[in-house]
Amino acid sequence: MRLLSVGLIGVLFGVGILVSGMASPAKVLNFFDVGGAWDPSLMFVMGGALTVTLLGYRFVLSRSAPLFDGSFHLPVAHQLDARLLGGAAVFGVGWGIAGFCPGGVLPAIGTGRADVLIFVASLIVGMLATDAWGKYIQRCEAAQRE
Amino acid sequence: METEFTPLASLIGGGMIGAAAVLLMGLHGRIMGATGVLRGVLSPVGPRDWSWRVALLVGMASAPLLYVLATGRAPDIEVPVSIGALVVGGVLVGFGVTLGGGCTSGHGVCGMARFSRRSLLATLTFMATCLATVFISRHIIGV
Repeated sequence: MRLLSVGLIGVLFGVGILVSGMASPAKVLNFFDVGGAWDPSLMFVMGGALTVTLLGYRFVLSRSAPLFDGSFHLPVAHQLDARLLGGAAVFGVGWGIAGFCPGGVLPAIGTGRADVLIFVASLIVGMLATDAWGKYIQRCEAAQRE
Repeated sequence: METEFTPLASLIGGGMIGAAAVLLMGLHGRIMGATGVLRGVLSPVGPRDWSWRVALLVGMASAPLLYVLATGRAPDIEVPVSIGALVVGGVLVGFGVTLGGGCTSGHGVCGMARFSRRSLLATLTFMATCLATVFISRHIIGV
């Protein structure tokens, strides 16, 4: 039941992405091309998504716990640091080069298109390499302290 | 390349994205972030944590099939960049979202809706660098 409910939420998210245009790099890149072939559609995606989430979160987060879980799993990090800023900056550059973001591309996997799968494979390589690099740095720092 | 301005479809699609985020939090207590979901699938911390992420991913990936069945046409996905750009962009996105702890869905929608300062800063930053990248590639380099 729990997994079926999560799966259906995934379907809702995926259909929302496809209907909104977020899965189409041409549309995404045109949103950012303000001085060229500007397509303001994504402003409406963000507007719709934020309005619903803002109002919905107010309601659900005022409860003591989610329906199918013991507690809310909310991010605990609060610091504004170079990691956050640098990571977001590089993400924006990659997004501007390819036109896909993770949320836009994951539902598109179901189309089986080669260009989508090439982007997803590259995305996974980037994520795993960054994780491996982070663990390597941690090990080096731990070794230095000993 | 021009694309059609679709305010209504985009607003409805955005509303569905928001509804999914609210349901995932209200029912399961989780942030609807594509980065976090994918990361947890790739590097599992436990079977219970892994299974819901896989279920979410499978649900997302079945959306195109439902879209075709419901509308009778394939979803509109136009890729105006080269394979090389997809590879370079993909690796940079993977690096950036892992370091920055989120993307458009996690920071841009869920984090902003919780009034998280981190998410607001991240969202302003990636929107700005994306804008600059598109400007440089289209109007200075001329790709």
